[in-house]
Amino acid sequence: MMAGFFRVAWHVMRKDLTIEVRSREVLLTTLLFAVSVVLIFSFALVREGRAPDDVAAGILWVAISFSGTLAMGRTFERERYNDTLRALILAPADRPAIYAGKLLGVLILMVLVEVVLVPLVGLLFTAPILRYPGMLTALLVAGTLGFAAVGTLFAAMLVRVRSRDSLLPILLYPVTVPVMIAGVRGTAALFQAAPDEDMARFWIAGLLLWDSVFITLALWTFEPVMTE
Amino acid sequence: MRRLSTPFIGLSAGMLLVAPWIINAAPYESTMGLVQKVFYFHFPSAILFLLAATICGIQSARFLFFKKPSADAWALAAAELGLLFGAMTLVTGPLWARKAWGVWWVWDPRLTSSLLLFLIFAAYLILRKYGGPGSDKLAAGMALFGMGNVPFIYVSVNVWRTLHPMTSVVPTLPTDMGIPLWFCFAAFTMLFLALMNLRATLALQQARVEALYLAEDEA
Repeated sequence: MMAGFFRVAWHVMRKDLTIEVRSREVLLTTLLFAVSVVLIFSFALVREGRAPDDVAAGILWVAISFSGTLAMGRTFERERYNDTLRALILAPADRPAIYAGKLLGVLILMVLVEVVLVPLVGLLFTAPILRYPGMLTALLVAGTLGFAAVGTLFAAMLVRVRSRDSLLPILLYPVTVPVMIAGVRGTAALFQAAPDEDMARFWIAGLLLWDSVFITLALWTFEPVMTE
Repeated sequence: MRRLSTPFIGLSAGMLLVAPWIINAAPYESTMGLVQKVFYFHFPSAILFLLAATICGIQSARFLFFKKPSADAWALAAAELGLLFGAMTLVTGPLWARKAWGVWWVWDPRLTSSLLLFLIFAAYLILRKYGGPGSDKLAAGMALFGMGNVPFIYVSVNVWRTLHPMTSVVPTLPTDMGIPLWFCFAAFTMLFLALMNLRATLALQQARVEALYLAEDEA
């Protein structure tokens, strides 16, 4: 039973990533968008050639959430465009497993974007990203997971809705703000002049708590909302 | 159920008419003075705001997992009232904060998460309005996540250091402040229940009319 779940999730993820490797559409657009967001922030915040202190964490997470929304919208858009959504839903597999596969695909894409985004923010806003590599990675992965868990579910729900592009962010951002708060506060605790490890650990624990709440809720809800 | 609405609305209207005198008779709070009296409206609306979120979440879960069509009507009614009572909470709160803290708004956990819950209700209603067919189910999924925020709001103020008074303040109020508080609370709760009852009945009737139209079209 569990083995079947992971096998289906693996296949769905591999299918998405294979398409992505061939077209690179979502990765490139998301990446470019994330870089543009960082650039816009630099225009908004940099004064006399210097970035103010303690803004790097906020900019990083805003760029992650904005570009993540783009990636999530696209992964299901592709299913709708090729009329494969029904086939995916009809497949003799657990619906939650399909969700898990989609989530993994989105997560990997977002992590790839972050691999470029984090050094960029570190470079442009002089953030010490190499000071606590382990904790920073934990914060980024846990935060992205929570954000993507809700986003993948909402993007799947909205795929048949006409105004999905405008609805996805307004549904997603209020719900995932706890994740944003934890991510920004935890990252800021690591980036500040006198780093606060306990604070970062507290927020990592908070993120893991929210991840488990969001993933449980999403696995429950995916089946009924995807039934026509 | 419907027959209860009329006496409830009448009674709560009467109580809300009397409320200014009762609130006026309550003693002045020693440090905050007159503005503290907004508390008698702020607290009931805030509690009913959270109650609306809980009802909306539970009814959405019933609709989603147990396929109860009537639950959807109750979830919608609760969401609309959540928006109303949330707006009252968010208006009365800053009025009080301006005097008590010197600023209209601070980004502390409770204020932030109340604003978020308000936004979640707004997004829920926008999804229902513009989502097209099938949006009732999607909104129900959204409401479940919204309900997940309620314990976050309730606990946040006690866990984090914050300006907002703790939730333990209410049971320790002196009696002459407690009486107007619970009087207003009862009036607001009856108003809430009556409005929710009316709104859900309306939604159920709308659904029935739509079903009849569909049956007529098919015949």
